[in-house]
Amino acid sequence: MQTATRRPTAPARNAPRGPSNAQITLAKLALFVLCLLPLGWYLNGLWHDQLGANPIEAITRASGEWTLRLLLATLAVTPLRRLTGWHWLIRLRRMLGLFVFFYASLHLATYVWLDQFFDWAAIAKDIVKRPFITIGFAAFVLLVPLAATSCNFAIRRLGGRRWQALHRSVYAIGVLAVLHFWWLVKRDVTEPLIYGLILALLLGARAWWREQERRRQLAPRAAPLGKRIIPIVQR
Amino acid sequence: MLIRIQDDAHPIVPSEITSESLYRGRRDFIRAAGLGGIAFAAPAAFGAAPFSSIQKSPFSTDEKPTPQNSIISYNNYYEFGTSKDDPARNVGRFKTRPWTVRVEGLCAKPRTFAIDDLLKLAPIEERIYRMRCVEGWSMVIPWNGFPLASLLKQVEPLGSAKFVEFTSAADRASMPGLALPVLDWPYTEGLRLDEAMHPLTLLALGLYGEELLAQNGAPLRLVVPWKYGFKGAKSLVRIRLTDKQPGTAWNKAAPNEYGFYSNVNPEVDHPRWSQASERRLGEFGKRKTLPFNGYAEQVAKLYDGMDLRKFY
Repeated sequence: MQTATRRPTAPARNAPRGPSNAQITLAKLALFVLCLLPLGWYLNGLWHDQLGANPIEAITRASGEWTLRLLLATLAVTPLRRLTGWHWLIRLRRMLGLFVFFYASLHLATYVWLDQFFDWAAIAKDIVKRPFITIGFAAFVLLVPLAATSCNFAIRRLGGRRWQALHRSVYAIGVLAVLHFWWLVKRDVTEPLIYGLILALLLGARAWWREQERRRQLAPRAAPLGKRIIPIVQR
Repeated sequence: MLIRIQDDAHPIVPSEITSESLYRGRRDFIRAAGLGGIAFAAPAAFGAAPFSSIQKSPFSTDEKPTPQNSIISYNNYYEFGTSKDDPARNVGRFKTRPWTVRVEGLCAKPRTFAIDDLLKLAPIEERIYRMRCVEGWSMVIPWNGFPLASLLKQVEPLGSAKFVEFTSAADRASMPGLALPVLDWPYTEGLRLDEAMHPLTLLALGLYGEELLAQNGAPLRLVVPWKYGFKGAKSLVRIRLTDKQPGTAWNKAAPNEYGFYSNVNPEVDHPRWSQASERRLGEFGKRKTLPFNGYAEQVAKLYDGMDLRKFY
């Protein structure tokens, strides 16, 4: 806490310099390989028949879970930046987001190809009749425009503000994805509950910070100059 | 190591057959002896034949049985955990000897049976049955056992008995899944008496000619091939004849999803997924699910005049 007479300077100016461009490129490369590891693991398992008695179920489940994990990782970037001050993390976020779409596409392909074997009538019936498939499909449809606009050209074209508004739909996608898992399990909801709690934490942190921000902006009008207290939010 | 496959050309001679006590004690022995014991104990594991003779049954399907490895590694047995691979991993501390089953309720001669007496109660048959899980997958399983009716006749059910309730073991010390209130433990199941007395209804003691493994419901379990798999209560400790329809574990957990009857029915969907087709483990495509899992000829008449959408 500190009084308003000493206004906090923008932290970015005083913050230690982040990693160099070369280091970021290296980090991106490492992340790229890391994100492909689950795919490699399951392809290898499939090739050597090590995915148990029901490999199609194992692949469907794994591709779904990795979609959810990467989605949570993507949503963790902003809170992590705020807590650690590692602003360079934002430069890795696009790749994480695109891998969410990659694994979601694999998940959908597994369902359409391996599970239903292109039985479009059965798939259409499933999407309409089964709530967990309905919302899973909705989450995928919402992901498509985000993946399509994950390039600098799209940001320039849309303008930062509109681009950001569009990409906020990822919060809804997160909720749909957790519900999709929740409604699918037969009885033991432990796992979807864990994913749900992490998602609640990540979205809750944003809501809390936003509320803090709102109060800080209201504060100057509420108290006379000299008495007001401005909390410093760690960045 | 030399592994010999039993066939007609190389019959196993009685002197090679390990005694039951040795067969059952081998794990304790391996544990007690530590690593060095394996070399001595391993040969004792081969050639153990728990059933002196196994009769073929006309009720068996001629479809190709699911590989044994799949049957013993892909299980729904929530008392040992809710993942398919949990049971095989978590049964280590579960003891199936000594074991008794109490058969009681509305009968003239209630009795407690020791498992070794049950093994001799009736001729052991091989019944190769289709098994359809409510989750949409299926197997073909060569069970060993005898009709449940053979056991129920021993206690002489009274005329007032209309239903049979089955209760599974619930031992917290050896069944880690009981720590979570996933279902109302102990697991219970139920059948109408005429379903229980039906010649297809099996009391299974073995699988692929070997005694049941714990993950498959050792030492004895119910098998009702025209119903979804969860009706086959595992590791039975009590069978009770009653005049009221008993509550069942899955029905209590989600009454709108799992009914008392739970006959395999492609026409009646689970609220969250279709039951029209199934994946036979080991096959790529899906197959159509058959009414009463293909046993309609034998059992459909049990439900004459009943609305199977209402009594799902």
